[in-house]
Amino acid sequence: MISGFVFRALEGKIVVAIAILLGIAILVPALNLLTPPDSALHIPTYAVSLFGKYLCYALLALALDLVWGYCGILSLGHGAFFALGGYAMGMYLMRQIGSRGVYGNPVLPDFMVFLNWKELPWFWHGFDWFVFAMAMVVVVPGLLAFIFGWFAFRSRVNGVYLSIITQAMTYALLLAFFRNDMGFGGNNGLTDFKDILGFPVQADGTRAVLFAMSAIMLALCLLIASAIVRSKFGKVLVGVRDAESRVRFLGFRVENIKLFTFVVSAMMAGIAGALFVPQVGIINPGEFAPANSIEVVVWTAVGGRGTLVGPIIGAVLVNAGKSFFTGAFPEIWLYALGGLFIAVTLFLPKGIVGTVQHGLKARKAIKAAAEAEKGRDEAAPVVQAQAAE
Amino acid sequence: MTLKSLLQAFLACLILSFAAPSFAQSDPRPLIDALAKADFNEAEKLLGQIAASGDARVVPALNAFAEGDLYFRKSDNLVFIAKTAGSGFELIDPLTGTSAGQAAKNAVTKIKVNNNLRRVIRSAMGGLTLLSPDRAVRLQAADAVLRSPSPENLDLVEAALAKETDKEVKARMEEARAVSVLSSDRSIDEKRAAIETIKNLGGRNSLGILNSVSGSIDAGLKGDLDAAIAAIESEQQLWDMAQNVWYGLSLGSVLLLAAIGLAITFGVMGIINMAHGEMVMLGAYSTFVVQDVIRDNAPNLFDWSLAIALPVAFLVTGAVGLVIERGVIRFLYGRPLETLLATWGVSLILQQTIRSIFGPTNQEVGNPSWMSGSFPVGGMTITWNRMWIILFSMSIFVALLVLLKKSAFGLNMRAVTQNRRMASSMGIRTPWVDAFTFALGSGIAGIAGVALSQIDNVSPNLGQSYIIDSFMVVVFGGVGNLWGTLVGALSLGVLNKFLEPSVGAVLGKILVLVLIILFIQKRPRGLFALKGRAVEA
Repeated sequence: MISGFVFRALEGKIVVAIAILLGIAILVPALNLLTPPDSALHIPTYAVSLFGKYLCYALLALALDLVWGYCGILSLGHGAFFALGGYAMGMYLMRQIGSRGVYGNPVLPDFMVFLNWKELPWFWHGFDWFVFAMAMVVVVPGLLAFIFGWFAFRSRVNGVYLSIITQAMTYALLLAFFRNDMGFGGNNGLTDFKDILGFPVQADGTRAVLFAMSAIMLALCLLIASAIVRSKFGKVLVGVRDAESRVRFLGFRVENIKLFTFVVSAMMAGIAGALFVPQVGIINPGEFAPANSIEVVVWTAVGGRGTLVGPIIGAVLVNAGKSFFTGAFPEIWLYALGGLFIAVTLFLPKGIVGTVQHGLKARKAIKAAAEAEKGRDEAAPVVQAQAAE
Repeated sequence: MTLKSLLQAFLACLILSFAAPSFAQSDPRPLIDALAKADFNEAEKLLGQIAASGDARVVPALNAFAEGDLYFRKSDNLVFIAKTAGSGFELIDPLTGTSAGQAAKNAVTKIKVNNNLRRVIRSAMGGLTLLSPDRAVRLQAADAVLRSPSPENLDLVEAALAKETDKEVKARMEEARAVSVLSSDRSIDEKRAAIETIKNLGGRNSLGILNSVSGSIDAGLKGDLDAAIAAIESEQQLWDMAQNVWYGLSLGSVLLLAAIGLAITFGVMGIINMAHGEMVMLGAYSTFVVQDVIRDNAPNLFDWSLAIALPVAFLVTGAVGLVIERGVIRFLYGRPLETLLATWGVSLILQQTIRSIFGPTNQEVGNPSWMSGSFPVGGMTITWNRMWIILFSMSIFVALLVLLKKSAFGLNMRAVTQNRRMASSMGIRTPWVDAFTFALGSGIAGIAGVALSQIDNVSPNLGQSYIIDSFMVVVFGGVGNLWGTLVGALSLGVLNKFLEPSVGAVLGKILVLVLIILFIQKRPRGLFALKGRAVEA
């Protein structure tokens, strides 16, 4: 049954995308580690981290596409789940610093010593254990999504209202995490990481592995998402998106369907955040900014919502553009991003992948129509002959 | 020292009118001259006698004494007020104020004064001016006694009280008397009455006075005193609450200003305008530009700068709104989520444009004179700029309400909102109604920007800090209902300010957000929801 669930997920473009992702999961680290620095094929470490970051963003966009593209929930707070996953990872990494911090306290992270705290707050316990921290990476965002979705979907808050309150949620978390008393490093967030599972975070090898992990997790999440949307459940999901009341009247529990999807999506966002943090080396409350979450929406929209592969392409393209523009013409970037928002909604509502798919389908339809035309022409003499009889 | 200048003015008036003080049983001149050879303790006693003389003519001398301008002539030990004149001093008779000729620096000696003496002088002067013929001076003097009570003044206060006819001054003197009684050695009954009077007076000052005597008061009065203190404290709490309500209303009116334009575009048209905050920001920048032009060309018009900026901001942001509606939004009607994204894009572009033109730093927008300062009401202080902003936001609200309910444009707008097709069939040009409604909403945001420029930093990020709050207000109040926006804004403002003292500003804000999120679960359409099937569509 499970194998059927998975095999059904393997549609043409998903197979190709997963193959490519697994390919670069091997190829990029190999080119980074095995080729000499002066080789034309060599990929420098900073580029590996940069691409790794794009892949994390791609995973976040994929998570958003699952709820927005297939369930019609435009979440403007997905950055919050991403950041929570990131904080869970950050807390693990902080605990790994141990006595190597500036203050040399074996238990307390530097910022707690600085704030004159005497012991570890209860919610920091357990984060020195990798398995627990990784569980928290999915549990915390999942739990928040569950509680939030439980209330929101049950009282049928939807459409624009839901978007606005998800935005309020991430804004509230932004304010909360800025507070020093929260115990998450306040303004500065968590940084100065030393090592992960005993491997130094800065080392080329670790970076390459993190990159490979990001690509593999992205492939895995793509497989899961594809399996979900191509299952029977996925059909109902699309039904909820397109005609919620009708699905409800058919006897489905719409709120449970939405809640499940929302929680799965939040967990994926959490994983993306957890992979993001060791690669960029910092997590701070800025990740909760509502603007970040809205940016995720534009990646998804650019690539094409409701296509799963589209958001991945969109996230990589937009972020590569961002890296290029902010480096070359920092003034222009916000104009470009703003223009992108407008252009995509006005001229490319299906996104890149959606438009290409649409174009292919249209060509197929034209071909089929032409074939049918030809067929009728061939059949016509017979009819005439029969009529003649 | 304003008290000093007032006293001097009063003195001039006194001398001119030859108002001979009725208390002058003796000539105070010898007492003043005795100061020449007195040490600090003797000086204090002498001051008591001078004050007791009740002769208001001594006021300038006392004043000069406190300021260190009182000298005695070595040759005859006579005391004068001395003013530097060239290399020496000009001597002025302490009582008549007439000049008594020049003196060389070494011919006179300064009479030394210390802080204790200054205090005694102050209270003595407070007592003396209680008898002034000028009502304002008497009031001021009573206040002075009230602020720094001392038993020495008691007789004077009582004497003044007996003669007082003006009701308000009399009441103030009663209070001053009560305060002085407490620190004197009067009978317990009198003190009890005094405590009662102070209790009725109320305020932080009285609380301070009662607390200061609570250590030295007779044991029999302890209960009365504590009761009075408790009563004043509870009254003070009421004032604090009133102050919180006021702050809340002030914050609420700011929220109302920011949200009311949104209430039109979001509430009436169903457009999610994420660039709304940037409209507010454009309004604030219009104010900045207007003030800049005024500063360079017509500085005397500066007090009018806000009045000039209002129409400018309305037109600028209204025009920008019109362009946005015609250029982007009209293609997206019926797709609210896409509108949200496109207008977010617009907001990024507007922000960056402003940043490119004016730079990323805060711009300084000045307050006209009528917006600065404050005035007290009971136990609280009200600043003029907050006062004006509350009045301003209320008048904008009323104007908008009238526009929607009474004008032809408002009628068209409501018709299009309720039934677009029918309105179109009746000959209303719905696309233009849409365009101008959006322009109106943007223009109102611009006006809000003018007001907010007075209390907030004018930077390219100004709008971003308001956008989420504005949406919360509109959603909380109920979409499509201006009254809902009003109630939503004011109640959120007050709630915020009541949470702030107990949990802190940031946590208060977080709590409010959480409460709104929970509230929307309960009432998904806000406080004042529109009813009917159209809402569900």
